[in-house]
Amino acid sequence: MKIKFLSVILALSMLSAVLSFGEETPVYTVIKGGTIIPVVGEKIPDGTIVIKDTLIHAVGLDVPAPEGAVIFDAKGKYVYPGMIDSSCVLGLQEISMVRSTVDYRETGRFNPQVKAVEAIWPESMHIPIARSNGITAVVLTPSGSFIGGQCGLIQLNGWIPNEMVVKESLAMMVSFPPLPRGRRGDQDRERPQTKKILEELKDIFEEARFYQKRKKASKENPALPPPDFDEKMENMLPVINGELPLYISVQSAADIKAAIELVKKEEIRAIFLGAHEAWKVAKEIKESGIPLVFGSLYELPVYWEDGYDALYRNPRVMHEAGILFAFSSESAASAKDLPYHAAKAAAFGLDKKEALKGVTINPARIFGVENLMGSLEKGKLANIVIADGDLLEFRTKIEKVFIAGKETDISTRYDELLKKYKKRYK
Amino acid sequence: MCKYFRLGLGIILLLLISLPSPGRDLLLKNGTVLPVTRGTLNHCDILILNGIIAKIGPNIEPPEGIKVVDASGKYIIPGIIDSHTHIALTGTNESSEPITPEIDMRDVLNADDPSIYTALTGGVTMVHTMHGSANPIGGENIVLKLKWGKSSEEMIVHEAFRTLKFALGENPKQANRMVMGEQRYPQSRMGVIAIIRREFLKAKDYLKDWERYNRLKTSKKFSSNIIPPRKDLGMEQLADMLRGKMLARCHTYRADETLEFLALSKEIGFKIACFEHVSEAFKIAKELAEDKIGISIFADSWAYKMEASEGIAYNAAFCIQKGVLVSINSDSWERIRRLFNEAAKSMKYGGLSENECLKLITYNPAVQLGVDKIVGSLEEGKHGDIAVFNEHPMSAYTRCDMTIIEGDIYFDRNEYLKEREEKTATKDKEKKDKGDTNED
Repeated sequence: MKIKFLSVILALSMLSAVLSFGEETPVYTVIKGGTIIPVVGEKIPDGTIVIKDTLIHAVGLDVPAPEGAVIFDAKGKYVYPGMIDSSCVLGLQEISMVRSTVDYRETGRFNPQVKAVEAIWPESMHIPIARSNGITAVVLTPSGSFIGGQCGLIQLNGWIPNEMVVKESLAMMVSFPPLPRGRRGDQDRERPQTKKILEELKDIFEEARFYQKRKKASKENPALPPPDFDEKMENMLPVINGELPLYISVQSAADIKAAIELVKKEEIRAIFLGAHEAWKVAKEIKESGIPLVFGSLYELPVYWEDGYDALYRNPRVMHEAGILFAFSSESAASAKDLPYHAAKAAAFGLDKKEALKGVTINPARIFGVENLMGSLEKGKLANIVIADGDLLEFRTKIEKVFIAGKETDISTRYDELLKKYKKRYK
Repeated sequence: MCKYFRLGLGIILLLLISLPSPGRDLLLKNGTVLPVTRGTLNHCDILILNGIIAKIGPNIEPPEGIKVVDASGKYIIPGIIDSHTHIALTGTNESSEPITPEIDMRDVLNADDPSIYTALTGGVTMVHTMHGSANPIGGENIVLKLKWGKSSEEMIVHEAFRTLKFALGENPKQANRMVMGEQRYPQSRMGVIAIIRREFLKAKDYLKDWERYNRLKTSKKFSSNIIPPRKDLGMEQLADMLRGKMLARCHTYRADETLEFLALSKEIGFKIACFEHVSEAFKIAKELAEDKIGISIFADSWAYKMEASEGIAYNAAFCIQKGVLVSINSDSWERIRRLFNEAAKSMKYGGLSENECLKLITYNPAVQLGVDKIVGSLEEGKHGDIAVFNEHPMSAYTRCDMTIIEGDIYFDRNEYLKEREEKTATKDKEKKDKGDTNED
């Protein structure tokens, strides 16, 4: 018996020795010779990046490669941080018209308890396609007619959902009514649907605060019974406590103003999504300090008077007003097009560098993961893309994608089908 | 003599009608010209006289009084052609019946559709605007030039092929719609191809009946009690297909059903101008190339429904490389203004050159519509249909700055911005004035 016990101890200690041995000899990967665009900081021609395990260990002009490092020659190439899509449904929707493949929307109006990351299908064919275009992390946004659920942050690599999830809960999705199509003249007015949503939100906040109060009171005084468990209220607590921002899908100028009022009054944190008419209320948004994420730019402005380029010039106006913004694809099957939304904004006056920020460092800042990703800086996750040209250009080919220090497979369903059918022509 | 005179007059009149309505004269100076059918011309001018490109070359002397546009630093390409859209119409589908060839989109043109302007802001000068895909046999499509502000009659391009819309797969079998009440036949791919065959066989008989009657009519045996066959407008259209006067444009996604339709066209004896969407064209590029049938497809829009779930982004480039005539279409009120962006994707997915990509939205659709003699490239003698971009049109950072049809400027970004500024200024002033009076 004793011997058996001892042998177990021995085995365990040996195992731990092996494990700690693994910790002590980190894996170094070096990317050298390329033009590094760190996004934060200046471009480094002929620079070197050292990756230690999952993190960026060093970035610079004359960084020595550690002994035994795996070296990637990036001569003539461009090295970027991986892009971040600030709103998409990758892994939550495969084929939009096939209902059995759609999992980003729950029934009912009030679903703060549902989490996007709990429905990810890691096998989605759209994930490698987005990854192979330089996107390494995405914000998954559930949607609904009111409170759609919790957004999460995932990296686009992993066998199982747990390996992909970076942050389970990033924001709480709430949708304001979409822009009324085809009606003119009432843009500036507050609409009854908006009023209804504002009232509903007010009620929910009040209820959640009361729920919290009762919980606290019963903790302090055992004589007081706690409130009946309410999963919806439980999930609203981080919102009312300012820990979890509301991700408010809001389009019209009047609604944006109303949303700003609400955020101020309720003393919560918020991020705007969509913001079609943000350019009309740039001053108010700037004063509120609320950052925003543009929805797909591949939409038409609702009002003819706003001009054909209303959505295209929106990002430039936001930048000039000093507002923090990011881009999103709002898609699964077209998530790979994220860089082109940013480029479109640049075509209509946004500085190219700022466009790049909108898909890298800005989303990291907006979602509070600046310490983890969004730029090529020491200590951040090694999410790195090696490209043969400008990251936002159509012609650019992505040659290597590293996620958390690991070189990832960038072959796609596209490649697979092409390869298969090429055989038919032999 | 009189007869010849009349004939001559008729020919002259016909010539006058078929010539494009005389547009403005215009001189574009000092741009980078991408003629599409040949290499890039730097620091090049284009002279348009009466709507026709009169000269392409350096340092053209401006004729007196001509409007001159400085295109320094800009890229000049042929006007973009969208081979498949539904803009400028007041209706798209007549889906109460599966067979509706008598429908003519010419009857539902809407010259006031703002989509026309939207398209112009993306350099589009010509569209093939079509019946929808709700029916196995839809209606007759039409080719328009986007002369915003003109009447719909003035927009029609008479030189184009006559085409009839067909549709296979999920849409005609109503797979993605909730059908209330009784279901419409067909509800399967079996029924879709069968109903198209049935109609063509009926049309063959119809054609024979008329041929027999017409023969009788001119023969000595004709008597007044021989009555003509009953006229059927739908059958007339299909008879025109059998006569080779009209071509099929067939909406299809999957390779298998595309081949079925191709086989049917041979079995019956009608011609296909082009397949629409064909997500899976790369699987059958061999057959398409052999039969010289073009495809009008999306660059990479896919996976919105089951039959589109194998529509890979390599489709366009791969088919081009296998000798298929490919165009990139929008089929959308929104995508139509960024067709140049869509075309550019084939550089990455399949390695097409910039010029090959540009052809996907200019020359190739022109061939598919039967108008390559008048548009689709920048050549002397062709129509002055032109789009001007601030950067290379295949760059993601590019923007369309001017769109010209037959020498007339239909979109000018600078003018547009100036007008908008003026409007905003007057509006603000009005608001202010109103506010002041209110305070009084």
